[in-house]
Amino acid sequence: MDILRFITAGSVDDGKSTLIGRLLYDSKSILIDQMAAIEKQSKNKENGEIDLAILTDGLRAEREQGITIDVAYKYFSTDKRKFIIADAPGHIQYTRNMVTGSSNADLSVILIDARKGVIEQTRRHSIITSLLGIKHVVVAINKMDLVEFSEARYNEIVKDYKSIQKQLGLADVIFIPISALSGDNIVDRSGNMNWYKGESLLHILENVKLNSDVNLFDVRFPVQYVIRPQTEELHDYRGYAGKLSSGIIRKGDKVIVEPAGIRTAIKAIEIGGKEVEEAFAPQSIVVHLDDDVDVSRGDMIVKEDSKPKITQDLEVILCWMDTKPMEVGSKYMIQHNTKQVRCVVKEIDYKLNVNTLEKETGIQSAQLNDVCKVLLKTASPLAIDSYKALRNNGGAILIDETSYVTVGACIIN
Amino acid sequence: MRQMSKYYLNYLDQLESEAIHIMREVAGQFERPALLFSGGKDSITLVRLAEKAFRPGKFPFPLVHIDTGHNFPEALAYRDNLVKELDEKLIVRYVGDTIQRQKLTEPKGKFASRNALQTYTLLETIEEFKFDACIGGARRDEEKARAKERIFSVRDEFGQWDPKRQRPELWNTYNGKIHKGENVRAFPISNWTELDVWNYIKKENISLPSIYFAHERECVVTADNQLVAVSDFIQIDKADTVVKKQVRYRTVGDMTCTAAVESSASNIDDVIKEIIVSKISERGETRIDDQVSEAAMEDRKKGGYF
Ligand SMILES: Nc1nc2c(ncn2[C@@H]2O[C@H](COP(=O)(O)OP(=O)(O)O)[C@@H](O)[C@H]2O)c(=O)[nH]1
Repeated sequence: MDILRFITAGSVDDGKSTLIGRLLYDSKSILIDQMAAIEKQSKNKENGEIDLAILTDGLRAEREQGITIDVAYKYFSTDKRKFIIADAPGHIQYTRNMVTGSSNADLSVILIDARKGVIEQTRRHSIITSLLGIKHVVVAINKMDLVEFSEARYNEIVKDYKSIQKQLGLADVIFIPISALSGDNIVDRSGNMNWYKGESLLHILENVKLNSDVNLFDVRFPVQYVIRPQTEELHDYRGYAGKLSSGIIRKGDKVIVEPAGIRTAIKAIEIGGKEVEEAFAPQSIVVHLDDDVDVSRGDMIVKEDSKPKITQDLEVILCWMDTKPMEVGSKYMIQHNTKQVRCVVKEIDYKLNVNTLEKETGIQSAQLNDVCKVLLKTASPLAIDSYKALRNNGGAILIDETSYVTVGACIIN
Repeated sequence: MRQMSKYYLNYLDQLESEAIHIMREVAGQFERPALLFSGGKDSITLVRLAEKAFRPGKFPFPLVHIDTGHNFPEALAYRDNLVKELDEKLIVRYVGDTIQRQKLTEPKGKFASRNALQTYTLLETIEEFKFDACIGGARRDEEKARAKERIFSVRDEFGQWDPKRQRPELWNTYNGKIHKGENVRAFPISNWTELDVWNYIKKENISLPSIYFAHERECVVTADNQLVAVSDFIQIDKADTVVKKQVRYRTVGDMTCTAAVESSASNIDDVIKEIIVSKISERGETRIDDQVSEAAMEDRKKGGYF
């Protein structure tokens, strides 16, 4: 059994909440008392029907406004997998929430209303999916019951979407016609659409291959914390604790501590207090080095055969997340894995229109939810990779130096 | 890719690794963290994760118990024994003391609970020790408001959580920067469900307070048909039905506000079996205070609750 993290993207009223409610309901993850609470709330609505969407609408402010404004996480499991759903709002003013929800996702479910077909939002959700490097996409064409379960309509939408897929270079896209409200093709294949030869949505989610998504070739080990008991019997114990973000390391491996470039070797590896011969991503481990070198939080241990780029100049796609605009010349803290340094915005290359992929140049500032290509200069070197090549070492956040709020997400080029 | 399959983490190992990573981020980013320890299975799980994260070193934080004075004696005995075995520091602060010191009003009534007053003692304790981060065992599957909470959740000087001003949290990058007086609550097992916790306890062979397993107990039957243990902390009237039943607890909180479930599960396998078939969620079954209002948890969190 493993874990699939997925995000659901759709515009308002496409049926996202209903779909999630349906998945939870049909996989028996809704329990009696939660059901009772839903029924009680549904009664407050006019039609009196049970509204599965209520399950996923958390906070009262959101209930009052009747919209989802933040990312909510939902959990269910089957015999095959544990599922973590990031439920993020789809409207343009919530691009930052979608980016946040996408950052940890293995798969993106993009909802399309069968009556409306591919719309501007569909394109935006796909662009964000592609920017955030989500490998697997399921395009769920919902509300098929409202178009008489028409195969022709379905094919038309698939054809439209394929042009987006091609433009964005999305490799793994699966199409499926569903009705979230009545449960068609959600858990079981629907008798209403015998022309559809694929699997049910749950079956797809249960069987998407994930193990090949973990990079086991390029060793990246960001040091989080140094364990030094300094007791009598453990006087010389010095263990570097962290989570291997990619690759496999073995006892005896020659390694480099970046960004200083110090060469040494792995003396021992521990997992949960036990010595092991090797460790692989994403295990949390403790590493001991051969030489008495100066290593601290923020350093990164790598191997000779695949070195990250050591640089103070970063070219990034930046998603701006703060109400206070970002301007050329502004200074921030950048946090890349465990390392935090200061940086300055050198240049805004262009702003990306997330609906059309057009690039607008001559931009001097970025507003909330803008996505821009930006050049950053850091106060000291970072050991980075491009997000495309190595997702776990290619993302960073910007932190406001006075408010300490997370204001930007950087996808390193 | 077939031969790669030995380099693959099972879901519990993935959750464990993620939790250890979060704990180490707390240790790496904060000066004076603490681990909030209630004696319940979630905080017991946190302790095991802390051992995995920091041994053979000492924990970079003390365990802190905010004691309502209404605990199950079995939970307290377990706590003291655990701390001795771990050889770690335990700080206990009492809600009763806060009530006296701050002249708070004790809740009255039949199952009067000091649960809500824990917030005051927690804030006092944070102030006393200048804690800048508190690790807690909350899970997002427990409750709707929690489903939106960050793993690093910033609280203001009054311990308040503002759901509208949450920081975006991306990848596994946690922003622990705070101003003086602010405080972070860190939740390493955010992504675990109740069943995940039980499966982990089983896999790790973690011992639990005995009340998690079936035992005979005298209970009062409430109007909602819940079973509340007979103790000095609740008020028993003539009209009450007191029954003797085989019960166990799914969560361990105050004796006044934690209900027992009828069960004959005397070992962990049987408990897990019962949970899998159980049709009532953990909170609904065992917390008497949550059903008061749909937004009960949200209100308390905004007020600085764990
Ligand atoms: N007929 C039909 N209605 C649906 C379907 N899925 C969702 N709806 C309805 O569409 C409306 C919006 O759904 P909701 O899940 O709240 O959309 P969200 O805004 O994307 O979360 C609700 O009235 C749903 O009952 C479907 O498959 N068929």
